[in-house]
Amino acid sequence: MIKLKSLSKSFGDLKVLKDINLEINKSEVVVLIGASGSGKSTLLRCMNFLEILDSGTISIDDEIIDVKRTNLNHVRENMGMVFQHFNLFPHLSVLQNVIEAPIQVKRQSKEEAIQFAMSLLTRVGLADKANYFPEQLSGGQKQRVAIARALAMNPRVMLFDEPTSALDPELVGEVLETMKSLAKDGMTMVVVTHEMGFAKEVADRVIMLADGKIIEEGTPVEIFKAPKQERTIKFLQQVL
Amino acid sequence: MDFLTNVTSIFQKHGIEFLKATVLTIELTIVSLFIACVIGLVFAFFKVSNIKILESIANAYIFVVRGMPLIVQLMFLYYGISSIFTLTDFAAGSIALGIHSGAYIAEIFRGSIQSIDKGQMEAGRSLGMTYFKTMRRIILPQSFKRAIPALANQFIIGLKDSSLVAYIAVSELFNHALSTQAYNYMPLETYFVVGIYYLILVLLFTLLFNKLESRLDVGRRKKRDKVEIAF
Repeated sequence: MIKLKSLSKSFGDLKVLKDINLEINKSEVVVLIGASGSGKSTLLRCMNFLEILDSGTISIDDEIIDVKRTNLNHVRENMGMVFQHFNLFPHLSVLQNVIEAPIQVKRQSKEEAIQFAMSLLTRVGLADKANYFPEQLSGGQKQRVAIARALAMNPRVMLFDEPTSALDPELVGEVLETMKSLAKDGMTMVVVTHEMGFAKEVADRVIMLADGKIIEEGTPVEIFKAPKQERTIKFLQQVL
Repeated sequence: MDFLTNVTSIFQKHGIEFLKATVLTIELTIVSLFIACVIGLVFAFFKVSNIKILESIANAYIFVVRGMPLIVQLMFLYYGISSIFTLTDFAAGSIALGIHSGAYIAEIFRGSIQSIDKGQMEAGRSLGMTYFKTMRRIILPQSFKRAIPALANQFIIGLKDSSLVAYIAVSELFNHALSTQAYNYMPLETYFVVGIYYLILVLLFTLLFNKLESRLDVGRRKKRDKVEIAF
């Protein structure tokens, strides 16, 4: 579904991604792991063009996305993104956060958008908070609203950039539960996370990055039970 | 006691005239600040655009306007504008004042736009919204709110600066004081009276802004410390 071919990206002199090749299939849950600075967040952000790659290609459904010729807004419409720091719109209520893009981008009618938004908020367990403002919510609730907001665009892929890293430990569970239920429903997901428990349980494939390269990939069992690379072993010892 | 008697008599004789002149001052302030906000917003966009040429244009404008006394710009623009177009003194005065305040308001808007977390733009873009739509729907409403205290300050400065157009023959409040003291020979008392008028105007402006600020706070922190506005 998404195919990355020899993708490279630098920030100034710093090479963050080096020759990344990766394919993500429909309904697959891919978890990216690696030490901080390994390039996993940048890789995720390249997928929806929040960062523009220096070289290489990204194709979606076998169609190469030419950054200069394609309307990237249309590409992004189909990719939901969930951020580490939620990035909810603080001046809008929970419901307004969720209906903003469907109304503004997809030109849905307000009634239609509200109806779908409420069903999504029910799904993430926050229908009763629809008229609250983000600052009245806990971190876990904020992140669940952010997930609902991304789902409101009916994306074909969901990208998660360390969705639980900014949460208090007791709030991590509720967000992971929401993500698990998404995975169960067949959503294609790419997740950057340090939650190895989630990776073991939900991932179809785990990808280990180090210094901007994919150094190892495999099923959770392969990676966690029998890692082959020295750096993977070291990394897993540190986080597990 | 002479002073107070004189002040009272000036109020009695000229109170109504001064009030009429006050209306002109208010009109001048509102029109010029409206122009200034439009200019300010455009140049603020130039400055955050990351496009070199636009940034340079904005910087040049701000450099020139901030680097010269208002009275010099006023004279220059007044004679400049009226040599090209035939404009009323009022229009020339408010355009000149607007161009002046615009530079300061551009910096206020730029600062408040840049103070919004980068994640807000990213969240908007990641949902498929365009740069301008995200600006308009997400960034500007938040930055406008943050700009209000500084904006209120600038508006009060603009109100007081409008007194300088007295020198290009607009018969607003200060112009009226100038001509009144010229024939009643009571400069101290006349300027005292006009000072009171300005004080009340600024007070009303301040109250208005405080109200606006607390209204925009609906749904957010209910009890927030009021921002005091310096006169």
